[in-house]
Amino acid sequence: MNIEEIKTDLLKHVPGLELTVEGESFVVPKEKLLETARFLKENEKYRMDYLSCVTGVDYLAARQGQPGQAAVGGQSELASDYLESVNHLYSMEKKQGPIVLKVRVPRNNPRMPSLTPLYRGAEYQEREAYDLFGIVYEGHPDLRRILMWDEFEGHPMRKDYVEEDQDVR
Amino acid sequence: MAVDEGLKNELQKQGIFVTTLNEIYNWGRRSSIWPLQFGLACCAIEMIATACAKYDIARFGAELFRPSPRQADLMIVAGTVTKKMAPMVVRLYNQMPEPKYVISMGACAISGGPFRDGYNVLKGIDRYIPVDVHIPGCPPRPEALLDGLIKLQKKIDGQKIDQMDGYKEEKNCEYPVPQYGKKGLEPMHNPDTFTPRLDWPEKNTKGNLRMPNYKPQAAPAAPKPQPPPVQP
Repeated sequence: MNIEEIKTDLLKHVPGLELTVEGESFVVPKEKLLETARFLKENEKYRMDYLSCVTGVDYLAARQGQPGQAAVGGQSELASDYLESVNHLYSMEKKQGPIVLKVRVPRNNPRMPSLTPLYRGAEYQEREAYDLFGIVYEGHPDLRRILMWDEFEGHPMRKDYVEEDQDVR
Repeated sequence: MAVDEGLKNELQKQGIFVTTLNEIYNWGRRSSIWPLQFGLACCAIEMIATACAKYDIARFGAELFRPSPRQADLMIVAGTVTKKMAPMVVRLYNQMPEPKYVISMGACAISGGPFRDGYNVLKGIDRYIPVDVHIPGCPPRPEALLDGLIKLQKKIDGQKIDQMDGYKEEKNCEYPVPQYGKKGLEPMHNPDTFTPRLDWPEKNTKGNLRMPNYKPQAAPAAPKPQPPPVQP
């Protein structure tokens, strides 16, 4: 199972998919995420029946002093600042994996489809990414904070989050 | 009303044991400190080791870890206190009967430790409850915890029944429980018992000096080298 082979299969079976290969992972547009994951889960060859990990990442270009990154899944409005959700898929049945699917969304409107309807195990991990990064997973059955308390404001793992100063009199 | 030590020893040789109420009361208290059984992080593992056979906290009479705060005399805050956990720790402290003591074990419980600049960590449990003994270390070894316990025993030995805070009727032993707020806990510390130290010459992670006007004390001038005595 090499990455070129997976790419060919994905392009063949998921119509209209714009795919970018980045190292050992795929950057998928958010509209096609559910379709791509469903194909990988249900296809006889892959059987990616286990979603091991959903991770939020914050790429705040302004702070890092980097120029805007060019290829971001074919979405030009994401040139500089974006939030990313990384999904690691494994197959328990075929003993293979991982296949990494990355989805990028703009920081000011971080909405993307939830994988929870497909993989029930994504529920808590998506809640965590929502809690700490503020990524809104559309279609999630119960999207609320999981680590911080309900009254908390802001998303503390974002790079521009300023924590309170406890040393004030 | 202390008994003269020499007289006491002399009487003891004759088979007469003389003591004071205060002395025997404190002897009983310090020899049966029952800690509250709870741990918050890795320091708790060292606390458990202290309670096990190799270090054996039972030698000091503190082996009965109580699962209920109502039966505990000592709270060992062992580990990082997160902002989410802090209200529960204060509430457990409030539920302990007087006289009660607190050991703050490890760098995290003292000051936040390596997680000090985190968004979720309380910078020391002494912001909300009074601490009797601080044990530094990350984590402290079991010997250090035993040393802290012995120091606490010395403190208990020095107390007078009629002057102890917990036995005074007018004293309110309820410490306010912090509430969850928008950025952290409200209030950020108990203003009656704690004031943050603002003259701390410390840089935070952003490199800003906490107190810009702080000037370290100048080192004393080195003594001038004396010329060797001239031979006449």
